[in-house]
Amino acid sequence: MTQEAKKDKKFTMTLPADELMACGHLACQGCGATLAMRYMLKAVGQKAILCIPACCWAVIDGPYPYSSMDVPIYHCAFETAASTATGVKAGLEMTGDTGTTVVAWAGDGGTFDIGIQALSGAAERNEDIIYVCYDNEAYMNTGIQRSSATPFGAWTTTTPVKHFKNRPKKDIVAIMAAHKIPYVATASVAYPEDFVRKMKKAKEIKGTRFFHVYAPCPTGWKSRPDDTIKLARMAVQIGYFPLIEIENGEKTTLNMMIKQRKPVDEYLRLQGRFRHLQPEQVAAIQAQIDTRWEHLLRGCTV
Amino acid sequence: MRPKKAKKIVFNSAEDMPTMICSVGSQTHNLTGAWRNIRPEMDRTKCIKCGMCWKFCPEPAIEVVGEWPVVDYDYCKGCGICAEECPAKCIAMVEERR
Amino acid sequence: MKKVIMGNHALSYGAMLSRAQVISAYPITPQTQVVELLSEMCADGTLNAQFIKVESEHSAMASCIGASAAGARAFTATSSQGLALMHEMLHWAGGGRHPIVMGEVNRSMAPGWSIWADQNDSLSQRDTGWMQFYCASNQEVLDTVIQAFKVAETLMLPAMVILDAFALSHTYEVVDVPDQALVDKFLPPFKPAIKLDPADPRAFGGLTGSEHYMELRYKLEKDMEKAPALIEETGREYEKLFGRRLGLIDPYRCEDADFVFVTSGTAGYTARVAVDELRASGVKAGNLRMKLFRPFPFQAVREVLAKVKKAAVVDRNCSYGAGGIFYQEVKSAVYGWPGMPPILGYVTGLGGRDITTDSFKEIAAHAAARDRADEEIVWIGVKK
Repeated sequence: MTQEAKKDKKFTMTLPADELMACGHLACQGCGATLAMRYMLKAVGQKAILCIPACCWAVIDGPYPYSSMDVPIYHCAFETAASTATGVKAGLEMTGDTGTTVVAWAGDGGTFDIGIQALSGAAERNEDIIYVCYDNEAYMNTGIQRSSATPFGAWTTTTPVKHFKNRPKKDIVAIMAAHKIPYVATASVAYPEDFVRKMKKAKEIKGTRFFHVYAPCPTGWKSRPDDTIKLARMAVQIGYFPLIEIENGEKTTLNMMIKQRKPVDEYLRLQGRFRHLQPEQVAAIQAQIDTRWEHLLRGCTV
Repeated sequence: MRPKKAKKIVFNSAEDMPTMICSVGSQTHNLTGAWRNIRPEMDRTKCIKCGMCWKFCPEPAIEVVGEWPVVDYDYCKGCGICAEECPAKCIAMVEERR
Repeated sequence: MKKVIMGNHALSYGAMLSRAQVISAYPITPQTQVVELLSEMCADGTLNAQFIKVESEHSAMASCIGASAAGARAFTATSSQGLALMHEMLHWAGGGRHPIVMGEVNRSMAPGWSIWADQNDSLSQRDTGWMQFYCASNQEVLDTVIQAFKVAETLMLPAMVILDAFALSHTYEVVDVPDQALVDKFLPPFKPAIKLDPADPRAFGGLTGSEHYMELRYKLEKDMEKAPALIEETGREYEKLFGRRLGLIDPYRCEDADFVFVTSGTAGYTARVAVDELRASGVKAGNLRMKLFRPFPFQAVREVLAKVKKAAVVDRNCSYGAGGIFYQEVKSAVYGWPGMPPILGYVTGLGGRDITTDSFKEIAAHAAARDRADEEIVWIGVKK
C-alpha cells in the first residue's frame, strides 16, 4: 500500500477507545500490571470503584494528593481487598447505587498469601464483586521477594540461586473454582481482546467473579522491558498459563487451544530469574507444564 | 478524562487539605518522559495502522491523531514494547540525546 | 417503650434505632447476642441493613470501612481477641476518618483463655484514633450508641461503645427504648461530604509522603480535641428529647468530697454504694466515673479534682511496667496544675475478678494512710 493510499485508511482499534487510566503514573518501564489495569478499565468503564491493597498498584496510581485514574480508588490494607470491596458494594447498595461495579485489584502476594482468607470468605458468601489478581509472581513492590505464586525454579531476593524456589506455584484458579463461584477466568496482557471480552462478560454476572491475570514484571523477572508482551504470549503458547474460563466451578472452557506447544526453554532464557537453572531443572519445569496441560485438557471443553 | 498536563498541587496549610485522605489532582502533572533513555521513532511510510503500538502501550503514551499513531514524548518511558510488537517494523528505538 | 434487655441487646437496639445501613461482624463471646439479634432484625426487616457475615474480625472492620467510605452508616461489635485482630484496621478507620461505631464488650486477653471482664482489650487500642465511651448500665449503652453516631459523623472519627463482659453484656436491666421518630429527629441520615463516587473519582488513602502526612494527623488530633465540647452539646440535645443526660464524666457526691475514687465501667456503680457506706462511717468520699476515655476529658477531670483532697484511680486493666492506664491519664491531667490533690493508683478486678464495695473500702483505707504513692502500683485483691 502506498503512503497516499494509506492516508485514508482507518486506524485499527480492537479495544474500546476510552482511556480511564491516565499518563504520569509511576509504573516501571514495560510493566504488565499497568497494561492489565488499562484493559480492565476499558472493559468495565467509568461506573466502577477499585479497592487496591498494598501491591505495586498502590504506588503506580501516584501519591497523595494525586491519582492517575478516572475511577475512585480505596487504597485498603494488604489483606483486605476482598473484604473492603464487600463493604463498598454493601455501602453502595444501601445508599441506592446498584449500578456501580466494585473491583478488588490485588497482586499475587495480596491474593495467594496474605489476602486469601478474606478472598475465600467473600467467595464463599458469593459477594457481588470482581476480584482481579494481577500476578507478577513475587512481591515486586517490596523488591522481589518470593510469594506462593512464584514458580518452581525462580530466583527472588528471598530465594537466592543457591536456594531457589523448590515448590510449585499455588494453583489459585483451582482454589477459586472450588468455591463454586459463578465465574473464574484467566487472562493475559498479551491477549487484550480476550481479556476485555471476559471482563465485559464478568461485568454482567452477579456474584463473585475472579480473574487471574498474567502480568510480566521486567524489574523482578530480570527481563527486557520490551519483552513483556512476548513473554506473556509465550506463557500462553507453551501451556504454562492457559487462557480458560470456569463457570460455577463446573464447566471449564479452554479459550485457546495450542496444538503445537513449544518447549519452555526460550521462555526461561528470556528471564534472568531462571538463568541459574540446570538442564534437569528445566526438564522438571517442562514436565510440570505438560502434566498440568494434560490434566486441563481432560477436564475442559475447547 | 483527567486533564492532560495537570498542575502540581501545593497545600499552604492543613486547612487546605480535605478531612478524608483523598486525591484532589491528577498524576498527569508528572511528566514521565524524563525517565526515557531510548525513544521510539515511527516511520509512517511503513506504518500499516494496525493499532498494535497503541494497544500494548502501558502508559498509555500513544495517541491516535488523524488516524495515525503519535507518541506523546512527555510521558513515553521508552520501554520499547511498541517497537517490539510492531508487525511492520516501522518503529525504531533510538538513543535519547538531551 | 420500656424493655428488660441484656447489655448486648442494648447495643443491637442502639444500632437499630440509629438506622445502621451496613453491619459486618464476627461472633465472639461475650458479644455474640449483639450480632444474633441484629441478624434477626435484618432478616425480618425490622432493620433495613445489609448484614455481612464475615470470616474474621479483621474482615469485619475492613467491610465497615469500605461501607463507610461508600457513604453508608456502618456498625460492628466485638470483644478482646477479636478487637486485637482488628487492630490494624482500627488505625485504618481512625486515620481514614471513617465514622464507624463499634460495640466493644470488655473481656480480658488470652492467655490464659478468659471470657471475663477487664479493660486491657479496649485500652490497648487507645492510640488508634477512636473515641472510647465506657458505659455502666444497659440504658447508657443504648443511649451512647445513638449519640456516638452523631458525634462520630460530625467529626468524621470512629467511636467505640464499651461495656463490661457479663456484668453488663449478659445482665438484664430495664431500658427505655426510645421512639424511632424521636431518634430520627436527633440523628439525621449520614451524608459525608466526600465518598467513593464514580461521579467524583478520588483515590482514598494513597501513598502519603512526609510533606503531607503530619498535617493530616494534626487535623485528626484537632478534630479529636473538639469531641469533648461536642459530646456535651449533643448530650444536652439528647436530654431535651429523651430526658437522660449524657456527658464526659459522671461525678457522684464529689462536690464536698475529701477523697474520690476515679472509676470506669460497672465498677463505677459499685463505687457509688461504697461511697454511701464510707460517708455513713464518716469519710467524705465521692466517685468520679469516667465515661469518655478518648479523647481524654482533661478539663472536666481537673474541675472535679481541684475541689478534693485526694483521689484514688481504680483500674481494671494494667499496662505492664507502668500500671493502671486511667491512673496514668489522670496523673497527666493534673500534672503541673496548682491546687491539685495527690493521685494514687490501684489495679484490681482483672480477668473478671469481682470488684466489691469491700475492694473500694480497702482502697480507701490504704489511701487514707498516704499522701503520695509509696509504691507506684498497688494491687487490690491479689493473692500475694
